[in-house]
Amino acid sequence: MDLTMAEQELIRQGAEARVYKTVTNGRVVVAKQRFSKSYRHPDLDAKLTRGRLNQEARSLKRCKEHGICVPDVIRVDKNSATLFIEFISGPTLKEWILANDSEDQEKKLMATVGRILYNMHSFDIIHGDLTTSNMILDNSNQLVLIDFGLSQISTSIEDKAVDLYVLERAFISTHPNSERLFATVLEAYADSEASHLILRRLEDVRQRGRKRDMSG
Amino acid sequence: MDTKAPRTIVALGLEGSANKLGIGIVKHVYPSGISSDCELSPEYVELANVRDTYNPPAGEGFLPRDVAVHHRSTIITLIRQAFEEAKIGPQDLDCICYTKGPGMGAPLQSVALVARTLSQIWDVPLVGVNHCVGHIEMGRAITGAQNPVVLYVSGGNTQVIAYSQQTYRIFGETLDIAIGNCLDRFARVLMLPNDPSPGYNIEQYARRGSKFIELPYTVKGMDVSFSGILSFIEKMAKTEADKYSPEDLCYSLQETMFAMLVEITERAMAHIGATEVLVVGGVGCNVRLQEMMGQMAQERGGKVFATDMRYCIDNGIMIAQAGALAFARNFTTSIEDSWITQRFRTDQVHVEWRV
Repeated sequence: MDLTMAEQELIRQGAEARVYKTVTNGRVVVAKQRFSKSYRHPDLDAKLTRGRLNQEARSLKRCKEHGICVPDVIRVDKNSATLFIEFISGPTLKEWILANDSEDQEKKLMATVGRILYNMHSFDIIHGDLTTSNMILDNSNQLVLIDFGLSQISTSIEDKAVDLYVLERAFISTHPNSERLFATVLEAYADSEASHLILRRLEDVRQRGRKRDMSG
Repeated sequence: MDTKAPRTIVALGLEGSANKLGIGIVKHVYPSGISSDCELSPEYVELANVRDTYNPPAGEGFLPRDVAVHHRSTIITLIRQAFEEAKIGPQDLDCICYTKGPGMGAPLQSVALVARTLSQIWDVPLVGVNHCVGHIEMGRAITGAQNPVVLYVSGGNTQVIAYSQQTYRIFGETLDIAIGNCLDRFARVLMLPNDPSPGYNIEQYARRGSKFIELPYTVKGMDVSFSGILSFIEKMAKTEADKYSPEDLCYSLQETMFAMLVEITERAMAHIGATEVLVVGGVGCNVRLQEMMGQMAQERGGKVFATDMRYCIDNGIMIAQAGALAFARNFTTSIEDSWITQRFRTDQVHVEWRV
């Protein structure tokens, strides 16, 4: 099942993977091929490529088991460092926010994001690279999380807080009305007992950035 | 203001936020005046750029108190030297620019005091400058990079920055310690000399290393963390010194930390669709970092811009450069507002001179 030029279409060239859309066994799938980085030491490169390929597949499966919407994993090809997953069609959350003009709709969707993230964290899945480009609104209006290459399994409050912090920073750098958007996300995230410790830690993580001595 | 008549701005820049004291004088020429609605890109003429560095003994870091003493005792001589080099006098100045922050309190304060005094003696307006923005504007002026993603790496800062809507936005940064701080502290463990800088000596050791030792690698989105890697390698150097040579440790430390930096820079570039990258700050003169960044940029069909030690290490002319641009937009700092601050985020500055 080698990919040939005729049957694949490059849909995204990310920082560390090329993402192709292709058809296998009559099913539209995404082939995410990690490529080697010549700037880094071969040992480090091999470790990161292999580790992230496996971790992405593992976290996707774990999400699926716990009812969190992610693409189906179809196959992992270690030789070509390629992950084959289900193709999700629809706009990214970023595209959706930029095109949307209903504050009501926006509020609803942001609350959904908060609930999904809380759910994911309650199963100790840390996404590692949360951005509004890594969430897709599919045809049935379900929010689907993608890009688990930097994910990890962790029970640590710190890791969960940093996960939220990464998303907050992505909001700030991408969306003009980020404060309102992210506040709604957190409101929905906070809608449970266990989330309070995480949110308190998020406050610490933020302060660390702001208060750091930045001499030199 | 008549926007047709040519105009020049001559700015004195005073920098002393850490252990380097830098004095610079820059002349900006606007052949057809300063128009109010476009990006300012004056002709850049460097008149002077002098520096004096305070180095503590090997194995020690610098203390704010000692650095302040150094700055206080050196600054007048250095300012005189800058004027001699520039072949101008105080009467030729349009503004005096000083570092308002971020940085170490006592050294910042001692330099601000001199700036404030000179401003009153010579009756020349003051311009308070953000140190990080100084680095960015200097890098842009020297390399000609138009709209790059900026990696700012120094003893106190590790940030991935991109310009948007009159703000230098921080896309990624360290979640704990700065890369330069990590390198400095490891140099102390190995007792490497602080002259010319601990990072420079680590770089020389790393060149002779060849065995790659696996170290923790922590990237979260566009952020990085260095504290884990530092405690890990410190322990290695202290308890397993017979197993690993200092050269291999330096080599592996650089390879790992720089790979993290290149990775988050590339992620930011992919995120906003940029092809240019500019490396500024003291760690930015590390040749291996520049080389790795260059390889990444090339693979993306882009280009890396970097400066040499005159400009990427803290200096006075970068403060003059950023200050002169703000001054061209009529920004000045009154005596009452001429305080300093240890914490002054890059994204807090309104970049009025760009569109």
